[in-house]
Amino acid sequence: MSTAVPALSPEVPLALPTPVERALPNGLSVTLVRRPGVPLAEVRLSIPAAHADLAVADLLAAALFSGTESSTMTQIAQRLQGVGGSLGAGADPDRIAASGNCLASGLGELLDVLGELLTAADYPEGPLGVERSRMIDGLSVAEQQPEFQVSRALDARLWGEHPYGHQQPTAAEVAAVEREAVRALHASRLHPTGARLIIVGDIDPDATWAAIEKSLSSWNGVGEPRHMEPLPQPAPGPIVLADRPGSVQSAIRVAYPAVARTHADNAAQHLANLIYGGYFTSRLVMNLRESKGYGYSPRSRVDHSPAGSVQLTSVDVATEVTAPALAEVVAELRGMAENPPDEAELDLARRYALGSVKLATATQAGIANYTSALASCGLPLSWLAEHSERLRAVTPTDIKRVAAERMSPEGAVTVILGDGSHVTAPLSEIAEIEVL
Amino acid sequence: MTVATIPAPAFAIETFRLDNGLRVVLAPDPGAPVVGVAVVYDVGMRSEPEGRTGFAHLFEHMMFQGSHNVGKAEHMRHVQSAGGTFNGSTHIDYTDYFNLLPANGLELALFLEADRMRGPAITAENLENQVSVVKEEIRVNVLNRPYGGFPWLKLPPVMFDTFPNAHDGYGSFDDLEAATVEEAQAFFDAYYPASNAVLSVAGDFEPAAARALVEKHFGDVAARPAPVLPSFAEPDLDEERRESYVDERATLPAVAMAWRTPDPVTELTGFLPYVVLGELLTDGDASRLVERLVHRDRTATAVAAHATFMAEPFASRGPTALLIQAFLPPTGDADTVMAGVGEELARVADGLDEAELGRVKARVAAQLLRGDDSVMGRSRRLATAEVFHGDARYATRFATLLGEVTAESVARAAATLTPNRRAVIEVVPGGNQ
Repeated sequence: MSTAVPALSPEVPLALPTPVERALPNGLSVTLVRRPGVPLAEVRLSIPAAHADLAVADLLAAALFSGTESSTMTQIAQRLQGVGGSLGAGADPDRIAASGNCLASGLGELLDVLGELLTAADYPEGPLGVERSRMIDGLSVAEQQPEFQVSRALDARLWGEHPYGHQQPTAAEVAAVEREAVRALHASRLHPTGARLIIVGDIDPDATWAAIEKSLSSWNGVGEPRHMEPLPQPAPGPIVLADRPGSVQSAIRVAYPAVARTHADNAAQHLANLIYGGYFTSRLVMNLRESKGYGYSPRSRVDHSPAGSVQLTSVDVATEVTAPALAEVVAELRGMAENPPDEAELDLARRYALGSVKLATATQAGIANYTSALASCGLPLSWLAEHSERLRAVTPTDIKRVAAERMSPEGAVTVILGDGSHVTAPLSEIAEIEVL
Repeated sequence: MTVATIPAPAFAIETFRLDNGLRVVLAPDPGAPVVGVAVVYDVGMRSEPEGRTGFAHLFEHMMFQGSHNVGKAEHMRHVQSAGGTFNGSTHIDYTDYFNLLPANGLELALFLEADRMRGPAITAENLENQVSVVKEEIRVNVLNRPYGGFPWLKLPPVMFDTFPNAHDGYGSFDDLEAATVEEAQAFFDAYYPASNAVLSVAGDFEPAAARALVEKHFGDVAARPAPVLPSFAEPDLDEERRESYVDERATLPAVAMAWRTPDPVTELTGFLPYVVLGELLTDGDASRLVERLVHRDRTATAVAAHATFMAEPFASRGPTALLIQAFLPPTGDADTVMAGVGEELARVADGLDEAELGRVKARVAAQLLRGDDSVMGRSRRLATAEVFHGDARYATRFATLLGEVTAESVARAAATLTPNRRAVIEVVPGGNQ
């Protein structure tokens, strides 16, 4: 007996909320999204910080909550805790960002705390020293994680001297950061001009705007606008092998340039990535995981950053199958142009892509994250609706063309982190290798 | 200082039971055009047979390998072609399968879950393939990284003596490789009847229509008796147990301590103060142990406490524990950290003020609400509340119940965490010294 799989009911249209866009006189851009559901508010603040010293920016982010001219670290933490809130901060080559959430009824308090931190964070020597030590200790652990190790090697190989080539400071760099450097970075770069605050949740936009005016209008100062130069063109070359003695798996990373979200080929690139390795039903997952059992989560994704976009294949496999797994990755990549998808394979990926937009914007946190990611590339949330329409128009011919133009193993940079004593010889038989 | 009032989530919950024993939870919420569909089976790592460590998790993988009307990899293909996502997860006391789809995919998800509830298609080839996949998963999550399995896999064998409580639920490679098709079928027969499961649907749907679809697809799943849940009880410790191991990839010493708590289900009122205590001790820079160990003494670089081994206090049974884990600076000393923990526990046992308790409760409530932001998270939490507490509505009441925990009961909980009841596991760093 066989039962037919039920058909889908008619498609539910994408329903994006309409953000309220405002700006404070001090230059802070504000995006407010009322999205009822749970009585919470999600907060994202992004401040441009291109060419800030990486170690100083990381320590600033870690110590931002360590005390102000009038409050101790404990007092700040208690105020946030009292409204069910938490705030954290981080830095990357483009920005210093703070994010958090709280009970919606306590949003005013969280914004008050944020305003005090931005205008009066003092980075007291004692707590700053604690954060510096914690960062150094944390780096010593991170440097044992294969994901961290291979990302560091790949960034350096892809981007060289561009700031994206060095995205994680070393322990020595962190150890050298003095309090005055942190205070100087705050004074020169943490300004509202060019910064964006996004709040999503069970909020009243008018009341929230009033709370923002009260808490953040006094944040000011003259910043030094700096721009991140575009990513250089990566130079393909031998496979880079980063030795990790005793590693029971090899981390294979294959990267090549991708087009930006605003490029005419972006929709086709999005779907080509899905078909190749961007979702479970992709060629890469079906081959490497479900057929060969080489790895747990082979995957490919397109990363869009302010300085440029890149497409990245990530496969972690048992040491003994490193060379055959790499050969399969190369074959699948080549297959995208040589054996392009038919209408059915394309349509499956298209339906997944269209649904993913609905799922990703179904939560407060999802809307906040998507709004923030798009804003960093200068795009509004409504871009998702336009992108969805472009996804509908992509043809198999488009996929074949995009794959042929960009998804070629010859144009890729490959980095493998693994036990060199076991993988060097088998890899040398199939490719040219450069050992780090 | 503002202390927020604690709100409760507002969505309707309807429950019913089919003739085959399947319990069903419907939680309609038209907020976004998506639905979460979860099926929770009341079987976890504790129930796997001796000599077959990791079997519950391996079997979870087999549930994705096809069923009567669904071929290998087709479950994923169907869900993804509807624009949805899926996954499964194996826990100490339960296994769940969940899907999040645009609202028009509801019937598809119900069909797929019903089809595999009738029985997965287990072949030797698929089993061999998934043993390989699971081994790679264990290499990624445990073997190839520092602190893999710390403390959730490392502490139970110190604290417990019986196989169900003490064994490695991810499994040894030998046991995984020895698994057979017959054993998988037997596991399904024993633990996967409809009467041992809860189906939960949350999101944008009409309850009457959803109920009709549930009856259409699950109504003819065969009725089979649910397994009798054995007792996993073990006596509490009366003297400290302490072990250590070398982690070649670790760079910092680490230590985890655990004490038995009241049963999270049968002694819920007695258990809740331990949930609050965990937050009081380590949630944020205002918490007792972060302030003391990380910022004042600098004897720890990070510290975290939570009730139950996988930090899911409302989806666990007893015997279980409150855990405190700390990562130390390179030259740190575990005894110094444990002494600091002991002093702070004694301070809590002496009493705490209502303002501090109020702040901690606000934070706990916000974290619970955040779990309800996604209808997928909501459907899973409703289902586990039905499995463990006999009523899905408990999922919306935990914040209120935690709000009723008194300062006295938290102090009493802290007073029970004495060295003689403690199980301790230490990580000795071997990495790059």
